Amino acid sequence: MLQGWLQIALTLLIVIVITPLLGRYIAHVFLNERTGLDAILNPLDRLMYRAIGLRSMPDMTGWQYIRSVLISNFMMGAAVLMVLLLQPLLPLNPTGVGMMNWDIALHTTISFLTNTDQQHYSGETTLSYGSQVFALGFLMFTSAATGLAVGIAFIRGLTGRSLGNFYQDLVLSITRILLPISLVGALLLLAAGVPETIAGALQLKTLEGTMQTIARGPVAHFEIIKQLGENGGGFFGANSAHPFENPNGWTNLIETVAMVAIPSSLIYTYGIFTHNLKQAWLVYAIVLAFFIPFVIITAIGEFQGNPQVNAILGEISPNLEGKEVRFGWAQTALWAVTTTATMCGAVNGMHDSLMPSGGFSTLLNLFLQIVWGGQGTGTAYLFVYLILAVFLTGLMVGRTPEFLGRKIEKTEIVFASVILLVHPIAILIPAAITLAFPEALAGISNPGFHGLSQVIYEYASASANNGSGFEGLGDATVWWNLSAGVSILLGRYVPIVALLLLAESMSQKQPVPMTDGTLRTDTGLFTSITGVVILILGVLTFLPVLALGPIAEAFQLSP
Amino acid sequence: MDTKSRSSRQAKAKAASQGLYQRAMKESVLKLDPRVQIRNPVMFLVWIGTIVTALLTINPSLFGPPPDQNPLLFNGLVTLILLFTLLFANFAEAVAEGRGKAQADSLRATQSDSLARKLAQDGTIQEISSTALRKGDVIKVIAGDVIPVDGEVTQGVASVDESAITGESAPVLKQPGTDIASSVTGGTRILSDELTIRVTSDPGKGFIDRMIALVEGAERSKTPNEIALTVLLAVLTQVFLIVIATLSPIANYVNSPVSITVLVSLLVALIPTTIGGLLSAIGIAGMDRVAQFNVIATSGRAVEACGDINTLVLDKTGTITLGNRLAEAFIPVNGYSVKDIAQVALDSSIFDETPEGKSIVSLAERLGVVVTIDRSASDGIDFSARTRMSGTDLPDGTHVRKGAVDAVKGFVRSRGGSIPAELDAEYEHISGLGGTPLAVCQNNDIYGIIYLKDIIKPGIKERFDQLRRMGIRTIMLTGDNRITASVIAREAGVDDFIAEATPEDKIEVIRAEQAKGKLVAMTGDGTNDAPALAQANVGVAMNSGTQAAKEAANMVDLDSDPTKLIDIVTIGKQLLITRGALTTFSIANDIAKYFAIIPAIFAGAGIGKLNVMGLASTQSAVLSALIYNALIIPALIPLALKGVKFRPLTANQLLGRNILIYGLGGVIAPFIAIKALDIIVAAVGLA
Repeated sequence: MLQGWLQIALTLLIVIVITPLLGRYIAHVFLNERTGLDAILNPLDRLMYRAIGLRSMPDMTGWQYIRSVLISNFMMGAAVLMVLLLQPLLPLNPTGVGMMNWDIALHTTISFLTNTDQQHYSGETTLSYGSQVFALGFLMFTSAATGLAVGIAFIRGLTGRSLGNFYQDLVLSITRILLPISLVGALLLLAAGVPETIAGALQLKTLEGTMQTIARGPVAHFEIIKQLGENGGGFFGANSAHPFENPNGWTNLIETVAMVAIPSSLIYTYGIFTHNLKQAWLVYAIVLAFFIPFVIITAIGEFQGNPQVNAILGEISPNLEGKEVRFGWAQTALWAVTTTATMCGAVNGMHDSLMPSGGFSTLLNLFLQIVWGGQGTGTAYLFVYLILAVFLTGLMVGRTPEFLGRKIEKTEIVFASVILLVHPIAILIPAAITLAFPEALAGISNPGFHGLSQVIYEYASASANNGSGFEGLGDATVWWNLSAGVSILLGRYVPIVALLLLAESMSQKQPVPMTDGTLRTDTGLFTSITGVVILILGVLTFLPVLALGPIAEAFQLSP
Repeated sequence: MDTKSRSSRQAKAKAASQGLYQRAMKESVLKLDPRVQIRNPVMFLVWIGTIVTALLTINPSLFGPPPDQNPLLFNGLVTLILLFTLLFANFAEAVAEGRGKAQADSLRATQSDSLARKLAQDGTIQEISSTALRKGDVIKVIAGDVIPVDGEVTQGVASVDESAITGESAPVLKQPGTDIASSVTGGTRILSDELTIRVTSDPGKGFIDRMIALVEGAERSKTPNEIALTVLLAVLTQVFLIVIATLSPIANYVNSPVSITVLVSLLVALIPTTIGGLLSAIGIAGMDRVAQFNVIATSGRAVEACGDINTLVLDKTGTITLGNRLAEAFIPVNGYSVKDIAQVALDSSIFDETPEGKSIVSLAERLGVVVTIDRSASDGIDFSARTRMSGTDLPDGTHVRKGAVDAVKGFVRSRGGSIPAELDAEYEHISGLGGTPLAVCQNNDIYGIIYLKDIIKPGIKERFDQLRRMGIRTIMLTGDNRITASVIAREAGVDDFIAEATPEDKIEVIRAEQAKGKLVAMTGDGTNDAPALAQANVGVAMNSGTQAAKEAANMVDLDSDPTKLIDIVTIGKQLLITRGALTTFSIANDIAKYFAIIPAIFAGAGIGKLNVMGLASTQSAVLSALIYNALIIPALIPLALKGVKFRPLTANQLLGRNILIYGLGGVIAPFIAIKALDIIVAAVGLA
């Protein structure tokens, strides 16, 4: 047991140590300060800028930034959809996979374009190497870079700078952050035993004398960007539970840290942008105050196992159903919470098999979206909550609420409200429709409370752009592909538009100087208040479904 | 205004309040009109919910067979509670409006239509209705008349009773030409003599009309912060609407069906009805509080802006110091004695009617000096801005003068006198004490210096300390020299000062502060203050000031007390704090309501253990939460109207304090109250 807790603590410690280092580096990159990689990468950047026809890099207004995000994303999505639909005709298809259904292809494109990577298919049997590497692998970089660019633009606006240039931010995100780290990470994974090959599947005769097909492919490089970019779409259907994606404890550690590295560092980056590292660490503390309890209750749930099974066994036995024995209860629990917190969505075990406490924590992560949160956007949501907390409680000091010296007025509240509103719309409405017609639509494997969790989880994962599955749903149907696709799109682009407009509105305000009459937002008191506001605004909305899903299930298992 | 007359006004208001509540009750029923309700999205949703549950009371099976026990009683009770929730919210608004109306009515009484004597171009007098008067007309008023409109005195001297507006019973002298005393307000009464007045406002746009419209709340447009809050409350309402609308199929899926009545109840409990019901009352009451302070704000926006003020620009005289400087000492030079200079100072001041002059006379008399000159044969020389001296020409040809030191120096030099070196030393010494030095001379001979002392208003230093704690900077403007100004600034505790200031400096200071992103408030009364009043974020004009100043300002202080600016800032802050406190309280309440209702209605799904409050049954839990939700509105009406008490603390101390009371209190209070109500509901046997 102690070993399990030590594994969890060690991983967290590594994350905290990395935060200031990577955070400072990200700030250098986006403040256009010199970094060590400039000498090698500047020519590469220039080549890219020339290729996309970017001669000068003017600062963009909110709508220009939004238009650039939407147009570039649409073009990338259209290209990938074509590749997926035409994959039998394209090269690099040693396993000879055939046509994809149009609805799965559409869902997959939307899903990878938006950094969601929800998969209603199994990679090894549905996609060619070419589709995996060039279509999905391409989107894994660009979708992560898009999120990062939006997050940085948001921080810039919040701190009174102009939003920057989307295309430059996109290129810098890739060449300065995602690509170099992926390169190192892929080599580490390769060294630890993850395969990287373009040879087709192996045909082997097993000890029992039967023939077995073993799928393989260019996994290592795919794996690292899947984790680092918080993509989460596995090369294989079993995702990081598959021994070729995540063969041992070392790869598991690298992959877990890679999930959290960028979203946690981005909070520190914010601190450098505002010259207020104290606030950055306080906000970091809010996240940890959610994250650590989630890990603990999930881990305890898994460690104590299923009470009804234990009753039969006559002893307390960890719940190992749906887990890889090489990871055990601790690393699986940590991974499950981390992957839902960071919107990565990769899994190293079946979330469907988690105890109700794990279902509760992972769902809550998806509802909140700020426990680290998505690449770039998660950090932005955190500050949206901070703004809402300032607005709700800041009046109590007798001034119009201000954040970073800028008044929070109707415009800001409208955009913040949009972000608040879109998540329940994209989750609860399709879930209610699905559950109203369970026979026709749902394809639920376990009815009752657990089935409810499966459906809610699917849409929460889509809308939060997480992509992990509770699994157990027959989700490769037109209904699931389309409805989840809509949830994904709503959950991705509506908040991005609102975030950028909110940031622009803030950046255009004349800052008010700080006095004793100003509510300081970098105090422990205010940070705690923000935590409570997050709970009330973020959790109460979903309390009824949590009560009828994992909570009811927990009482059912141990009445 | 002295406190006595203000408290008598409040007593009057109290007497009128009996009728006020009756009228408010009637109003709360009339306000059930959906056209009124739709203006408040939160309460409109409650209104719709009430209709739905009312229909379900008439026919419980309207939307299918009800899963509740005894649906008729339950639905009826829920409908009744929701109806009362609406009535309570309406009542809060009606009381706030009613208080304003009572004040407006007493103002309107002064404004009856009367005959006005319009002076035509050719000088003939024409009697027309006062409502026919237009801007630019010239009218004549004589003793006993009510002045029909706002105007500027062009001829005549008369005393005017302004008590209808200011509450101040002593009459005020009005005469043309002077900055301060030449403007008259419609509704005031002329007590003696007669005045010729040029009309400065069209009918219905006069000062009193603006005042009536504002205190009545008729023209109340929502303030920027109120709009932002309304948006957020509307969005929270929508979020909970989605939660409730989707709950039915979700609950059906796990075989825990919920009735429509329970869903409506849950919705009403969760949406922010407390703050939604009280929001407009808080705003109206804020304006009313300003009016009770005898200040007229031109908009709610201006009152709200007061809370955000970073810098106060204050005139020294009248605000920081008492208007009058008093003679403190005589300091002889040239080898004269104190008595010698006292004698000359007395001679120079016998015709001086200013408070300074009188104080010199009384100081000299205290030193035992008596008037020896023949008053009737002497000539008094008045102070003028050009000579900056005053004095007396005696019958024997002796000229005695007192005045600004360099002016007197010039006077003496021009007569061939010499300036003793010690004079400058004494001048600097007195300046260094924060006093104003006046030199005294007889012909070409300088006798010494009179030390005029500025009296800093008692208690002003403490008020500035409070302001500093609230993060507000004070800047003093004065015509005094730098040394004097710096001493007074230090004694009064202002943060900064501008010495030898001209009216143009005022606007410069304001612009400079605004360029740093600060919001500035100032007071002013003269016409040359008007540009600065307009430039300031909050400009408070004195009622005794000119029409131009009042037009440029966004508030007018009827008592003409510049110190009141500090109180106005406090009122602005109080308004925002009240709104914030009740919002926080309202939203914090949701936690308890959730814990009351959710475990109760889903007890069938096996989550009964979450019923931490141990509520008796599903129906009693729902009813208790709803009753709490309804009763909390009237319980908070006094707080909404009176405002949360403001303490001069730093923002962080205030936040800590208020979050403890309204945040933590908002979490805990409903747990206790709902449990208590549940015991009662179960005991009475309602559910």
